[in-house]
Amino acid sequence: MAGYIIRRLLWLPVVLFVVSFATFSIARFGPGDPVSVAAGQYRDAEVLERVRAERGLDGSIFEQYGRWLFGDLYPGGSGGGSIRGDFGESFIQRGFTVNELIRKRMLISAQLGFLALVVVFGTGIPLGLLAARFSGSWIDPFVISSLLFLTALPVLVIIPPMLWLFALQFDILPAGGWGGDGLAGIFDVWWVGGVIAVPIPDPHLYMPVFVLSIGGIAGVARLVRITALEVLTEDYVRTARAKGITEAAVALRHVLPNSLLPVVTVIGFALVGILEGAFFTETLLGIPGIGRFSIEAVQSRDYDVILAITVIIATAFLIANLVIEISYTFIDPRVRLGEAVNA
Amino acid sequence: MSAAAVGLEDAEVARERPAGPWLQLWRRLRRKRIAMIGLAVVLLIYLMGITAQWTAPYSYREQNLERGLEGPSADHFLGTDRLGRDMLSRVMYSARTTVIITITVIVTGGMVIGPTLGLVSGYRGGWVDGVIGRVGDIFIALPGLPMLILINASLAPRVIEATGWLEDNSPLSGLVANGVPSYLTVFGALSLFFWVGSMRIIRAQTLQIRERDFVLAAQAMGATTSHVIWRHLLPNVSFLLILGASTALGAVAGSELFLTWFGVGIQPPAPSFGAMIFEAGSVRTFQASPHLLLVPSFFVVSLLFAFALFGDALNDAVRAR
Repeated sequence: MAGYIIRRLLWLPVVLFVVSFATFSIARFGPGDPVSVAAGQYRDAEVLERVRAERGLDGSIFEQYGRWLFGDLYPGGSGGGSIRGDFGESFIQRGFTVNELIRKRMLISAQLGFLALVVVFGTGIPLGLLAARFSGSWIDPFVISSLLFLTALPVLVIIPPMLWLFALQFDILPAGGWGGDGLAGIFDVWWVGGVIAVPIPDPHLYMPVFVLSIGGIAGVARLVRITALEVLTEDYVRTARAKGITEAAVALRHVLPNSLLPVVTVIGFALVGILEGAFFTETLLGIPGIGRFSIEAVQSRDYDVILAITVIIATAFLIANLVIEISYTFIDPRVRLGEAVNA
Repeated sequence: MSAAAVGLEDAEVARERPAGPWLQLWRRLRRKRIAMIGLAVVLLIYLMGITAQWTAPYSYREQNLERGLEGPSADHFLGTDRLGRDMLSRVMYSARTTVIITITVIVTGGMVIGPTLGLVSGYRGGWVDGVIGRVGDIFIALPGLPMLILINASLAPRVIEATGWLEDNSPLSGLVANGVPSYLTVFGALSLFFWVGSMRIIRAQTLQIRERDFVLAAQAMGATTSHVIWRHLLPNVSFLLILGASTALGAVAGSELFLTWFGVGIQPPAPSFGAMIFEAGSVRTFQASPHLLLVPSFFVVSLLFAFALFGDALNDAVRAR
């Protein structure tokens, strides 16, 4: 087990290396290298050459990659290099380092993602238990198909009508954007009678968090429903009932904990889903987070930003995947990782 | 199980021949009304797309600027868009785009590349398994959407060049003018990512099946690897293959929307749901002429919902075996 985890962790840098080199090559392979994009209509060959040399974009792709990866350890490179976590200066937003650009936006996306995660599990689990409890009546298929319907709504399709309804018609929610700067935008405090502080989420959060969580809610609810239905047929539930324990106690002591265990394993998947959803949601609602930033970076070919985001997201995905795999063994000790079946 | 079915045939059973596994699966599905409704909606929209060329009342690019942004009327059943193009015809041709993209991506990535690699990986194990699994890791780790945008933006001009070369050097013509390169780019970029899921599912199943007696028996009788994979493993993972394809179909159809929306998918004037939704996507447009968004959305949401319902029922039916 420990050996397996260590092997996977050792593998991590190799994958990151391949991922970053692949991204690097695709970006280089594309039409209009970043220098000519940045130059716009001023296409003086001499200037282009000079800027290329300044930005470390001259020479073969391996040399360029070497400079990006190793910074000043590589001949002709500068800065710490990505290997030490310094992703250099942004190509489009001159004077800003990639790290500071990303850090600010990551904070915003992290808040949205965390809230969405809370909403996903906070509503998905009760809905799944509800469906399982009323299995056989109309409530179960109704809950499940409504959730399936919500997941079938692409973000691109629901956001314009939502904006129209809530921002234009009723004017109760802001039309996108992010209130305040960084953390400040997250909570308003509502003083009841000037004494009790009730924290209210900033109205800017309602639409993005809703849109980000609908896919996950359906997934979690369906998983909880299926496990709860399976747990209900287990022998220990029958034993508990046979002992004469009340139905409420059976549900609380036996069914609930055992149905919730597998949910732990989907936290990773939910995070991945939220991260993917952030690309559209942030772009459509004008939220200055990492999702929107990465789309902007791809469109303006801001190389260093694209590479940094790819590496960061890839690291997050790989670690999430590893955690998911490891969590299986804790939840179901029968699962053994990394061992051939007929070894 | 096909192996069990074969065994029964060989033994002299006096009863009538038992129903094959596919027939059993179909019977189980037939009993679920929701699954049948989902399947009907999918087939209807696919049929609409396949026959668009012959049944659409107008061409998807026929403009009539005097009659732009009209609501439904007798000669334009679902109204017209900004350029006076018939919305119904645009929807039908967009469905054709969805049919082309989903079928090609699923058939190559989801049903050929993924399962083949999964079967080989699971059956052979060892370093083959290691290499395929790690390559899969790399594709999983790449952030999907920005990567697809980047790949499409980078590849599109080269695909256009290649298609132009093909036109010059073969009797084919009109490929570039009809937007074929953008279909090729979307297809290529999507199938690059859509094989990993089916590969992993098939591999996991193969790991279990390869320990079964009938596989051991085949091995003991000296069957070659390809024989075991084709005749013994493939029939036993084929249900999963169909299941995986049905879930991936919706995802592929959705990805086309997003790629086109970001300007790297199907290029106008070629029709697609993504392009229609993009043109209608601003709040002001929605306020002024909601049918521009509602018409394509209705078909897209029906299709995706139908995929989800059918996939869910299929999942239950496959697992109930």
